Amino acid sequence: MYTEKVMDHFMNPRNVGEIEGASGVGTVGNPKCGDIMRVYLKIKNSIVEDAKFKTFGCGAAVATSSMATELVKGKSIQDALKITNKAVLEALDGLPPAKVHCSLLAEEALQAALWDYSKKNNIVIEGLKEPVPYEHEEELVEQE
Amino acid sequence: MNKIYMDNAATTPVRKEVLEAMLPYFGEYYGNPSSLYQTAAASKKAVENAREQVAKALGAKTEEIYFTGCGTESDNWALTGAAEAYGKNGGHIITSAIEHHAVLHTCQYLESRGYDVTYLPVDEDGLISIEELEKAIRPETFLISIMLANNEIGTIQPVKEIGLLARERKIIFHTDAVQAVGHMPIDVNELNIDMLSMSAHKIYGPKGVGALYVRKGIRLKSFMHGGAQERSRRAGTENVPGVVGLGKAIELITAEMEEENKKLISLRERLIEGLMSAIPYARLNGHREKRLPGNVNISFEFVEGESILISLDFKGIAASSGSACTSGSLDPSHVLLAIGLPHEKAHGSVRFTLGMYNTEEDADEVIRELPPIIEKLRKMSPLYEDFISNQSYAHV
Repeated sequence: MYTEKVMDHFMNPRNVGEIEGASGVGTVGNPKCGDIMRVYLKIKNSIVEDAKFKTFGCGAAVATSSMATELVKGKSIQDALKITNKAVLEALDGLPPAKVHCSLLAEEALQAALWDYSKKNNIVIEGLKEPVPYEHEEELVEQE
Repeated sequence: MNKIYMDNAATTPVRKEVLEAMLPYFGEYYGNPSSLYQTAAASKKAVENAREQVAKALGAKTEEIYFTGCGTESDNWALTGAAEAYGKNGGHIITSAIEHHAVLHTCQYLESRGYDVTYLPVDEDGLISIEELEKAIRPETFLISIMLANNEIGTIQPVKEIGLLARERKIIFHTDAVQAVGHMPIDVNELNIDMLSMSAHKIYGPKGVGALYVRKGIRLKSFMHGGAQERSRRAGTENVPGVVGLGKAIELITAEMEEENKKLISLRERLIEGLMSAIPYARLNGHREKRLPGNVNISFEFVEGESILISLDFKGIAASSGSACTSGSLDPSHVLLAIGLPHEKAHGSVRFTLGMYNTEEDADEVIRELPPIIEKLRKMSPLYEDFISNQSYAHV
């Protein structure tokens, strides 16, 4: 049901991990629907120098995270904003209809990380909206 | 093709003896059982022979067995047929929160037609409580439908007690036994069952055929209208090869049950112990003992089920999951939520269902392959990252 590219990015995901002292970190999604994406960006001179991610989710969620971080590396902040779910989808040769929402999450995670960067540095990035806050469920670590 | 198939609760291959029994009824004996001439006699005889085989396996009378198109049809017929016959001015049905969708969605349909339905909760092992069932009974309750064994977590319900209570209160008791047939002894009289649904393709028989046991004396409205087949209660030309396959499959699995169950339970325990000791933050879902011999259902914290399944598939292992992503909906399995799992744990569940063709080597390979998959996915998981960092804060 997944394209070869999706399978490749799921089995061999690029940019998995964290960035120490990242310029911006964004987490989106929630455990209820089973998808959480966290994107770390390292930004220098308005250029995204590095991107890493961690994702809890299905094969499509992992693959879109991997592809989105690949696409954003080396881009200017303005170009990074143009990485839409459509761009991620196309780069992966498409996703099954039920999985398209996963690519939306990738776009949101990138923007959330950029938002975090703009807040930390007190700058305004034109065209960037405040992301929906990540619903962290505290009981997650308290159970058992 | 997967070299290790551990999704036998989804479906099973048709076994050789069953296929061989079916083959003559595609070509040589093609007659319509309703016809009078000699060509049809063999077909008619074959259908009646299969009916006897099913009846014998369930401790029923032959005239109490009706062939259907699948387990889902049997469930639909039992519920809507009883509702029409016994709940003419509305009425009340009791079922459980963890039924298969064939029962749940039929109950929801009946609600839309003016019937009242109580969905009994289950405990953390997936068991309903007889006390709660008793409390739920009202004067207008005409039907109780509780599954014999659950398809996801394998928990076996106290069906005998449910049946007894239903009988005392003069309420019809239906059970969905699609997963239980062939894996535990079933005698409809001993268990006080009035209606029982089953399917052929879960017991090494063909797809497209099921049966409904209906106790003599139960009025059940027809669901399929047409000819006089199945004693005028289920119209439509019989699926003769399918019915023959069902009869042969249930005869074989019943005869081999005791021996086969021993093997399945030993494999199940090997797999449970192997996986639970190799992988931390894992929870076995379903009752520890009151459980189908071939069912293993484990939630792995911090990871999502579909990504586990794809990774297993890559290694040639076929299993299933209660994650939303595998069902096409946004919610994870209603069964796992009903036993009290939080969403993220329900999303991280994997079900392995063992069958007659699984070996110890299969179990060992899964025990070898799964831990590194979970480890890789956890390294990728922000939930695991948060859990670990919260843990280290706690130590400071």
